[in-house]
Amino acid sequence: MPAPLLAIRGLSKSYGRVHANRSIDLTVEEGSIHAILGENGAGKSTLMKLIYGVETPDAGQVTWRGDPVRPTSPAEARKLGIGMVFQHFSLFETLTVVENIALIVPGRSAALVARIRDLGREYGLEVDPRAHVHSLSVGERQRVEIIRCLMTDPRLLILDEPTSVLPPQSVTRLFQTLRRLRDRGVSILFISHKLEEIRAICDRATILRDGAVTGTVDPRDHDATELATMMIGRDMPPPPPAKAHKPGKVALELAGLDHVPDDPFGQPLSRIALRLHEGEILGIAGVSGNGQAELARLVSGEVTLPDHRAAEVLMLGQAVGDLGAAARRDLGFAFVPEERLGRGAVPEMSLADNTLLTGHRAGLLRRGLIDRAREADYTARCIRDFDVRTPGPRTEAGALSGGNLQKFIVGREIMLQPRLLFVSQPTWGVDIGAATAIRRRLVAMRDAGAAVLVISEEIEELFEICDRIQVLNAGRLSPSMTVRDIRVEDVGRHMIGATEGGAS
Amino acid sequence: MRLGGFRLARRDRASRKLAVVAPIAALLLSIALNLALYVAMGRNPVAVFHAMLIEPVTSWSSFSEVLLKMTPLLLIAQGLAIGFRAKVINIGAEGQFILGAIFASAIPVWFPQVTGAWVWPSMIALGGIGGMLWAIVPAIWRVRLNASEILVTLMMSLIAAQLLNFLLVGPWKDPMGFNFPQSVIFPLDATLPLLFPGTRVNVALAIALIWSVVCWFHIQRSFQGYQLIVGGLAPQAAGYAGYSQSRAIWMSLLIGGLAAGLAGAAEVAGPVGQLQRSIASGYGYSAIIVAYLGGLHPVGIVFSSLLIAILYIGGDNAMVSAGLPIAAVRVFQGSLLVCYLAAITLVRFRLIREPGGLRA
Repeated sequence: MPAPLLAIRGLSKSYGRVHANRSIDLTVEEGSIHAILGENGAGKSTLMKLIYGVETPDAGQVTWRGDPVRPTSPAEARKLGIGMVFQHFSLFETLTVVENIALIVPGRSAALVARIRDLGREYGLEVDPRAHVHSLSVGERQRVEIIRCLMTDPRLLILDEPTSVLPPQSVTRLFQTLRRLRDRGVSILFISHKLEEIRAICDRATILRDGAVTGTVDPRDHDATELATMMIGRDMPPPPPAKAHKPGKVALELAGLDHVPDDPFGQPLSRIALRLHEGEILGIAGVSGNGQAELARLVSGEVTLPDHRAAEVLMLGQAVGDLGAAARRDLGFAFVPEERLGRGAVPEMSLADNTLLTGHRAGLLRRGLIDRAREADYTARCIRDFDVRTPGPRTEAGALSGGNLQKFIVGREIMLQPRLLFVSQPTWGVDIGAATAIRRRLVAMRDAGAAVLVISEEIEELFEICDRIQVLNAGRLSPSMTVRDIRVEDVGRHMIGATEGGAS
Repeated sequence: MRLGGFRLARRDRASRKLAVVAPIAALLLSIALNLALYVAMGRNPVAVFHAMLIEPVTSWSSFSEVLLKMTPLLLIAQGLAIGFRAKVINIGAEGQFILGAIFASAIPVWFPQVTGAWVWPSMIALGGIGGMLWAIVPAIWRVRLNASEILVTLMMSLIAAQLLNFLLVGPWKDPMGFNFPQSVIFPLDATLPLLFPGTRVNVALAIALIWSVVCWFHIQRSFQGYQLIVGGLAPQAAGYAGYSQSRAIWMSLLIGGLAAGLAGAAEVAGPVGQLQRSIASGYGYSAIIVAYLGGLHPVGIVFSSLLIAILYIGGDNAMVSAGLPIAAVRVFQGSLLVCYLAAITLVRFRLIREPGGLRA
């Protein structure tokens, strides 16, 4: 039997007292699509950084095609034949595709263009080499990243949560590309926490929990529940039962809102119409970049309309189009934005000080002065009730993991007891346990009579918690669909704009 | 970021211990650098060191001069720091200082025979108003037209200097002053009461210290101070929470202008005793260094203003006793700031040795 492409034995890495990786064993065969499965914080990213030479291990050994190696930089890893596509793309938006690639790959521009076209045809990664990156969709940008890796003829390609940014149709296409790569002899390490995807494409899966391997299996032989149990070490809590309820008064209404954002790269919105009642959850589905960010700012009050258009946004019985974010919050509105660091929280400030950001309304001020005791109390309750894992309230928000910070922000907003709660991308980059907890909280808010608006890319999530769904595509909002009456494919059709004229 | 075999990693929280150690380390490092420079220039480093840093604090008479110099720096820097934390960069304190001086001088210039205990407090108040008025212009331009307050405040300083010149060679020139560009000498009631007899230290030092306490309270306890800091650290978060950016700009510039105006008034009504060109001696610019050296923190600024004042007085000493050029003081101030900015990186980050990182 030939030596495996990559074999790892007893690899460990600690940061201070945190054991990010504990004695990891991993074997990747030639021509295999191998999944690394785990919750956020399970050590997936650390393991990839060790393989790709971004970090160096404390102990353990790596063999590459039978030879022991110790890559200490990405350049060395690339020389061995390891390529990596990061979750967050590293492309310059103002440059063209070929200019971006030329920054890393030597060669004349014309020759590079020809190779980009060749690779595109061969692997289904078509993209215009002369296009500027800012004009490309997320899917196309990812293709550029993959092409850039393929330029160096890798034997192993690492993809960090590649599907988290893609619409369902693009996922299918990406999978075709990955299968074709495998057939040409490129092995793939596929990092994900989406169980269904892994079962669809991978032939091996290594499951991590708390920095250690809990199993290496063929994912096609196990169903999602079994994999989930290995991943989170307990049975997944069942989704909350849908409770019968009757919607109350209208809490938010947009009636044919048009908006052209100041940002020239922003997505203009056209005839946006929605109506949300107290006691229900309305989901906005669709791929990011179709107007989600613009719509969120109009609802939150971070972008306001001129006085004469105030009535185009009705919130809790008032025309609020010209009111700012603070005035809307005073009416009983709360909001969790999609960017946590720098928008939903100030990274350099402690959790306690971040509580104050919007929580000051909950009686944390006395005559313009901060009541530190009440601030500490509010923060402590938020950390406890929403299971925020942190050394303490004095920890800076920037030091928390994405999922924990999200729990903190969601907690801070829910504790304000809003009548209208708006959450954008509630579980982006959040592990399954935390995501389930957040979803249950949103449902509990609805059951308590609040109106909840959710923007999400994850269709399964919307189907799990929403009463109704509308789809945002190219700045237009589809008609409302009642979740009980539709299937995922109906939403998918709206997401790619395949229902023009057919909507009713 | 990597440095040789080391890597910078973000701390969970800023280290309080290092927040105190870093400025001291920066001071020691810049002293070492500058002494090396003096040696290279052929001066006796021990003599220079003694003249610059020891002499100013060893006798009461020279230390009282340090306190006098420290007063305007402290007043202005505390005001500027509020704006700097909100990322509203007012570098025109010099102009606001001059306007404060001009406004305060209006009373003794127009009423040279004035008497009464109300005179000097009114002059101080007028000075604060003058400084604020001068800061209104950049505030309006920034809020309405989105013009950079950095440029506008700086240009307003140049205008203020010309306004001062115009008054001193024209309408406000002392008719009995042998044509020197100076105002009348202020009457006794138009000068600040002394704090310590036998020195020139006046009540302005007390005002500056009280002002420091107010500023400390402002950032520690007031919600408004908190909002300004949020706006500086994360403008998107301030927008998300609905904090008004225009308000932050107005508050920052007005407070900065008020503080600089107070300092300008205290200068003409204090050690100078008349309006003259030399009052514009760069306190407004040095206060920027003072604010950053003090970590934009009210307590730190008390120490940094004292340090920079010592350097001023010590630099004068060194010029006389060690033959050092005046530029040497500026080099010292500059190197101090550079060392400090490098050192504070370690307050928020720590160096980690990379086990495999020791490579060529």
